[in-house]
Amino acid sequence: MSYSNVSTIDHDIPSGIKRWIFSTNHKDIGTLYLWFSLIMFFVGGIAALLIRAELFKPGMNLVTPEFYNQLTTMHGLIMVFGAIMPALVGFANWMIPLMIGAPDMALPRLNNLSFWILPFAFSILISTTFMQGGAPNFGWTFYAPLSTTYGPTSTDYFVFAVHLMGISSILGAINIIATIVNMRAPGMTMMQLPLFCWTWLITAFLLLAVMPVLAGAVTMVLADRHLGTSFFTASGGGDPVLFQHIFWFFGHPEVYIIILPAFGMISEIIPTFARKRLFGYASMVYATLAIALLSFIVWAHHMFTTGMPIAGELFFMYATMLIAVPTGVKVFNWVSTMFKGAMTFETPMLFAIAFIVLFTMGGFTGLMLSIAPADFQYHDSYFVVAHFHYVMVAGSLTAIFGATYYWLPKWTGHMYSETLGKLHFWLTIISFNITFFPMHFVGLAGMPRRVPDYALQFTEFNRIASIGSFTFGLSQLLFLYIIIKTIRGGKPATSRVWEGAHGLTWEVSSPAPHHTFSTPPVVKDPHG
Amino acid sequence: MSESQHYYVPHLSKWPLVTAFGLGVTGLGAGATFHSTSWGPYVLALGLAFIAYIMVGWFGAVIQESQAGHYNVQIDRSFRIGMFWFIFSEVWFFAAFFGTLFYARNFSVPWLGGEGAITKLSTNPVLWPEFSAEWPLLTNPDPNRFPGPNADMGPLWLPLINTFILILSSVTITYAHHALLAGKRKMLNIMLGATIFLGLFFVCMQAYEYHHAYTNLGLKLSSGIYGTTFYMLTGFHGLHVTIGSIILLIIWLRCLRGDFNSDNHFGFEASAWYWHFVDVVWLCLFLYVYVLPLR
Repeated sequence: MSYSNVSTIDHDIPSGIKRWIFSTNHKDIGTLYLWFSLIMFFVGGIAALLIRAELFKPGMNLVTPEFYNQLTTMHGLIMVFGAIMPALVGFANWMIPLMIGAPDMALPRLNNLSFWILPFAFSILISTTFMQGGAPNFGWTFYAPLSTTYGPTSTDYFVFAVHLMGISSILGAINIIATIVNMRAPGMTMMQLPLFCWTWLITAFLLLAVMPVLAGAVTMVLADRHLGTSFFTASGGGDPVLFQHIFWFFGHPEVYIIILPAFGMISEIIPTFARKRLFGYASMVYATLAIALLSFIVWAHHMFTTGMPIAGELFFMYATMLIAVPTGVKVFNWVSTMFKGAMTFETPMLFAIAFIVLFTMGGFTGLMLSIAPADFQYHDSYFVVAHFHYVMVAGSLTAIFGATYYWLPKWTGHMYSETLGKLHFWLTIISFNITFFPMHFVGLAGMPRRVPDYALQFTEFNRIASIGSFTFGLSQLLFLYIIIKTIRGGKPATSRVWEGAHGLTWEVSSPAPHHTFSTPPVVKDPHG
Repeated sequence: MSESQHYYVPHLSKWPLVTAFGLGVTGLGAGATFHSTSWGPYVLALGLAFIAYIMVGWFGAVIQESQAGHYNVQIDRSFRIGMFWFIFSEVWFFAAFFGTLFYARNFSVPWLGGEGAITKLSTNPVLWPEFSAEWPLLTNPDPNRFPGPNADMGPLWLPLINTFILILSSVTITYAHHALLAGKRKMLNIMLGATIFLGLFFVCMQAYEYHHAYTNLGLKLSSGIYGTTFYMLTGFHGLHVTIGSIILLIIWLRCLRGDFNSDNHFGFEASAWYWHFVDVVWLCLFLYVYVLPLR
């Protein structure tokens, strides 16, 4: 790797608020995304803690059933669209140009537009909480007829907020594809791309395919509500189950949109701290592609109990099980990367290892749910809640935590406190399991989702889960503290930061200068 | 244009933030309008005005940068990639509505009519025993709530004329493209102008078709799933033709001004791609919405 010393042109950092609101800089926009997602993470977290506080003991304690439904809806929408997705886009913004040796994203102004749509979209969405009739109360899946015939009046604002989020995601995805395809430093082939870029490239493809379908779904909901159409009304020849097909055609690729970039982050972290090359790079790329393509033909496993023809049940069952194969390839490759490596256990590595263990558990409960006859028992129970929190929180969010610690020194120029980082890790992982592990049991025993009250025999496990959730929530204040403390100061970080780190990212100084790679670097071997 | 060693990174720009604000106002206004809130339409109009202002301002700035020669081959390629994937996402938007049409025709309507082992035992005998499945669906399961149309919109006459119009417009825009490559500016301007005329003619014909359907056929948005899929598919297509015509109009003005030459004409090509996409959607519509329902 030879790379001429051009990363010092740092003379024109704009000052004041204009730097942020009129930005065309991928690092600044990435920072905006990350802060936005952290704020939304706490907002969505407050909704989660209210849910857990209500479920601390049986009976109606704290909130009305109507408000409880609004809480579950807002928690899901905010966490999926406001916290996790913007965080992943923030990482993409910051890291992809640094990884491929580009001066910025391919379309810098479009990049800023993608971000600034989000605050407006979420202002509209969150403001529905204070409207007459309350916020949307039909769950983040907004099944018809709950959102059509029975939806509160704020549903219309929800529809347009989702449209705005979709526009933001589509523009962001276009930018990421154009950047990776067109902005790579001369000499960097596609099969030399860091895996984080590969996973984001495939994620962007998924976003472009399914966000418009979500836009179609909310448009149909709006039309059924106000224009007299009968998409989801059987008396007019439509079908409420059709809504579920359209929603989950979006929804299943959406869960891979949330997890694939996390796979990419883990694939960056593990080789660094195992001090070995990633095992099976090419198979990782192909496995990611396979997962993405399979995600288009498995959607109806969310709907086994709606009364599909038996051939449909079997097709979606087997197709879903197939996904375990490429996912297994990935887990195998991560473990093989660590095998006989010279491992150290800094905070990012701890999160990565926790990711592998806990995500695999979430994957296995997913396999259980994929078995159509067994799913009739698990459907809409807390087992499902446990399953998808093991993949969304222990999967995606854990990877986001790990990647934050991994790249924070590159962003800020300071090392975070390893002691505090490890404390945050153990608090997070232990309290996560205290919260969600018992949900497997109450779910299998028959406790339904989305109900604010429960039978007495579920009390102990729910109490444990609630205690765990509050510990988890408070632990994240420590995360916020660590970030602010690291921004303010700390041990200066070297360019390479981590002994085993490789790639263009680690050639530029820490903190990364405002402008990098204004002339393209020469790439010889990005892995070397 | 040449493959430059230096990238072009634009300076600070107010347009993204203004656009996000405009989109936010539009979304809020649209929600309030459907909500029947008194201030809704005003806010919606304000939002749309904002977007029009942005189109002129932001796109104008990009045109100026392009004319000033700031862009190189790499930026041109980024624009092309961006436009390609934007059209890709549009395809999926239409796919959702086509999928709805296929589902209604092949599953929900036959099942409501009593077909299929699972549904045979429930909806048809219990809810609407008189209902029989047909397509186009002229009698809905609950005719009181959703009165069906008197007749369906056949493929001949208006839709067939519209098909010819759009195919012809595809030919004219390709002709314009070749004229541009050959440096024949006069032919370019004539052919592009003809394409815009055909596009607007199509929109007028479709407006007339809607009027005919509403008044003579009793075919409405609220006529059940046939009217629903008919209007939502052709309506979103018509919206895209309108948008495409506006895009072509701007490009035509730029052609008259002489903005493009045989090397540098991304704006023209992007609008031509968009126009071909709109054409292909229409051909699918003509086949699946108008022709295949033939009984």
